[in-house]
Amino acid sequence: MQIRRGLLKMLSHIDVPLLLLLLTLMVLSLFVQYSAASQSEARLISHGVNMLVALGVMVLVANIPPQYLLNLALPLYVVGVLLLLGVATVGEVVNGSRRWLNLGITRIQPSEIMKIAMPLMLAWYFHHHEAVIRLKDYGIAALLLAIPVALVAKQPDLGTALLISASGFYVLFFAGLPWRIMLGMLVAVGASLPVVWHFMHDYQQKRILTLFDPTRDPLGAGYHIIQSTIAMGSGGSFGKGWLQGTQTHMGFLPERTTDFVFAVFGEEFGLLGNVLLLTLFLAIIVRGLMIAAGAPTLFSRLMAGSLTLAFFTYAFVNMGMVSGILPVVGVPLPLMSYGGTAMVTVMLGFGILMSVKTHRKLLKS
Amino acid sequence: MIRRTQLRNYQLELAGFRKRVIIAAGMVVVMLLLLLARFFYVQVLEYQRYHTLAENNRITVVPIPPNRGAIVDRNGVVLAHNYSAYTLEITPSKTDNLEDTINGLAKLVEITPAQRKRFAKLMAESRNFETLPLRNQLSDVEVAKLAANHYRFPGVEVKARLFRQYPLGETAAHLVGYVGRINDADLRRLDEAGVLNNYRGTDHIGKVGIEQSYETELHGTVGSEQVETDVNGHAVRTLSRINPVSGNRLVLNVDSKLQEIVEKAFGSYRGALVAIDPKTGGVLAFVSMPGFDPNLFVNGIDTTNWNALNDSPDKPLLNRAFRSAYPEGSTIKPFMALAGLNYGVRKPGDTIFDPGYFSLPNSSHRYRDWKPGGHGTVDMHKSIVESCDTYYYRLANDLGIDRMHAFLSQFGFGRKTGIDLEGETAGVLPSREWKAKHSRQPWYPGETIIAGIGQGYNLVTPLQLAVATAALANGGTVYRPELVQAIIDSRTGQRRVIAPHVVDHINIKPADLQVVVSAMVDVTRPGGTAVSANVGAPYLIAAKTGTAQVVGIKQGEKYDAKRILASHRDHAVYIAFAPADNPKIAIAVLVENGMHGGSTAAPIARAVMDYYLLGKLPKAEVIKAPAGAPGDVHAD
Repeated sequence: MQIRRGLLKMLSHIDVPLLLLLLTLMVLSLFVQYSAASQSEARLISHGVNMLVALGVMVLVANIPPQYLLNLALPLYVVGVLLLLGVATVGEVVNGSRRWLNLGITRIQPSEIMKIAMPLMLAWYFHHHEAVIRLKDYGIAALLLAIPVALVAKQPDLGTALLISASGFYVLFFAGLPWRIMLGMLVAVGASLPVVWHFMHDYQQKRILTLFDPTRDPLGAGYHIIQSTIAMGSGGSFGKGWLQGTQTHMGFLPERTTDFVFAVFGEEFGLLGNVLLLTLFLAIIVRGLMIAAGAPTLFSRLMAGSLTLAFFTYAFVNMGMVSGILPVVGVPLPLMSYGGTAMVTVMLGFGILMSVKTHRKLLKS
Repeated sequence: MIRRTQLRNYQLELAGFRKRVIIAAGMVVVMLLLLLARFFYVQVLEYQRYHTLAENNRITVVPIPPNRGAIVDRNGVVLAHNYSAYTLEITPSKTDNLEDTINGLAKLVEITPAQRKRFAKLMAESRNFETLPLRNQLSDVEVAKLAANHYRFPGVEVKARLFRQYPLGETAAHLVGYVGRINDADLRRLDEAGVLNNYRGTDHIGKVGIEQSYETELHGTVGSEQVETDVNGHAVRTLSRINPVSGNRLVLNVDSKLQEIVEKAFGSYRGALVAIDPKTGGVLAFVSMPGFDPNLFVNGIDTTNWNALNDSPDKPLLNRAFRSAYPEGSTIKPFMALAGLNYGVRKPGDTIFDPGYFSLPNSSHRYRDWKPGGHGTVDMHKSIVESCDTYYYRLANDLGIDRMHAFLSQFGFGRKTGIDLEGETAGVLPSREWKAKHSRQPWYPGETIIAGIGQGYNLVTPLQLAVATAALANGGTVYRPELVQAIIDSRTGQRRVIAPHVVDHINIKPADLQVVVSAMVDVTRPGGTAVSANVGAPYLIAAKTGTAQVVGIKQGEKYDAKRILASHRDHAVYIAFAPADNPKIAIAVLVENGMHGGSTAAPIARAVMDYYLLGKLPKAEVIKAPAGAPGDVHAD
């Protein structure tokens, strides 16, 4: 009886519209994974288990009141930065990048923690300077953002560094960063591009050059773009039908269960399917922004807004990459790509959104 | 009051935030429309193009690697060929979990830890998406087992492949070389040469020896097959096929039986022997001891074998025949004598008195003869037969280093012979120029003296010495040594004979040559330095013994083999050609730490001549006692 009431209480912190949208996406993802993984039931089960775990995490996090998250922000950030420093000094090199930290029991990728810790930290900072937010505060926030971004970029993992800086930037944006500064930043970024280009690794430069001309490297990164665009384009308006994608099933499409799963979707369900998927993503984002707009405290507003936009950014970058308008960076499509860590990270973010949504009455000052 | 301000701030701030949320939502919509526009462009406007591309993707071009050409010796004995066998191959990028896959396969067929290790090594060296062999030579039962369980292991294939094999094993390994798997460095080289496409589907390439130097002849031309695949990527039918062209067959000048006799004759000694046909420059035997089994390298050598070869103090992988250079010692004397005659510095009958040493004017330093007390009165004939050092100290002094260098360089000393193998060393024929390039010191007169007996800076490879000996035998023609005699075109069967290539024609007066050759013949007769090994030969042998110093002997000290470490003992050098009146074979032998040319090197050369000229096989043990046999004058 007690347990049942406890469980019901836990479920009361779920935002039903958001959950329904997420579940729709997940069901879609199961179908695509089954096709992409050559109708492997083992893969389907494993993907489903990842989802259940991630949903569990979401429910747990949804039950944590935002003020606890507020207290968690600083320690989480400090631990994250320390771990990144650890990676920089004693990290393990995998595929030429130093991204992993071996903790003896398990290997972790601290940049993944930073995806959540970063917006939390900045939201925390602005929350504490809520009374008067001065220009100086944006500067300090930018510095707090720059440290982990620089550490991740040096691994090198440029894709994740950009995603972390985006999630941090969204906090600044929602905190009211003046337009003229944003314009200034835009100019500064534009001006520094040649310098950044100079410091890029060969393979990073190659990926960007390959974007403009995939035939430059037809057996390397260009191959991914060429084949995924063919998959997408040959899907046409209505798609080739589920399990009918020739690109997918004849093995032309690389990484078709992970980063390039969207190409499978586009090939088999066509433009119609893509529109449906974009609509679903849009609905999730609108719901997230609604939660942010209705949030009672600055901290929860900033956090909810930033996490929502970060989710959008992952989706946009992945779909842009697969359809050939962005360079190939290893960003999975949230909830669609196979992979437990990314799935848990994303659902953790949605757990926070639900927590913000359902704890509002209790928290209102 | 304060409360109200705060409330107003709150309201204001909230309004500001909501404004930004709306802006963000607007941006999101714009970006999504951008994606939608891209999808529309790719999936609707460009649909036909991508549709066609996807259709064409059903047709794949599969390369068919050519059959590598065989290598046979002069009598048609096969030294390298291919055999077909089933292999178990894995494409690591296609497997779900490599570790599980290998463990699963190990339950079906035997996979040894060594094979796992080798696979791990191949993985580390491999290109992306490459298929790598886990096990070779599967039995029919194993093939059947794997076929039945194929569905359980994505990325695993059983393939029938051709493998390189060296049926004679260690015999001729140093000259035939071996093939190995193509690595990144090979790929780069192929790419630079513009032949990368010809290697699609090929995973082996010549690494060492003839396999390497004749790679273009041996490899052949890749073929291809246009295959239509079903939705699962399996080939359903062949649309067109271009047959590959097999590599060409190489016929060597080398006699593998001769090669084997020499390798046996060396016993446990290290060293090298090169035998050349003085009429063509064709290489009859090209031996470096110890050898190795080239079959170990074909599919990636395992670490145990590799370490054993690489760490062995005998350096079995070193091709001593043309990568190691040694002082030629007294084998230089016939060439020096010719130089003396050529420049008119000596007449055959000119004599010197040898007190057992030579000193430069105004110097107390004694250049000692190997024979304490000296050889007494010595003319040119005796100087060669007894290998008198003093005679050549004085001759060198009278000739001077410049004339010595000019004359000797004609024989190919100090210069690569141009043999059809890669990795040759040029050795050193010292000159003023050479010394100026290699040190800041000027040329000293004393250095000329010791160069006169082939010591000091002089370094020569056994191959160079054989080429020079062949030139001596044929009266002055220096040929480029050739391992390959002919190339047989795989398509037409046409035999392309490699014509003898003359490098230099040395002007030697027949009378001068006669003096030197007759003295070299007497070297093999009683009173000479190589008698015992040449007793009873039914043909005339011209020869010269030599000793290459490994460690220097101080002034006033005596060389005592018994007191010196085995590895510091002198190297035995020996040159010979036969029949002396109509030379058919010229030989240079070097036996590391073999001490006297007459006792260790000469018997090996005799075995070679007996087989080549008479077809006679040697007795079990060619080199009898390490200290030599009685009857020889134990010169250097």
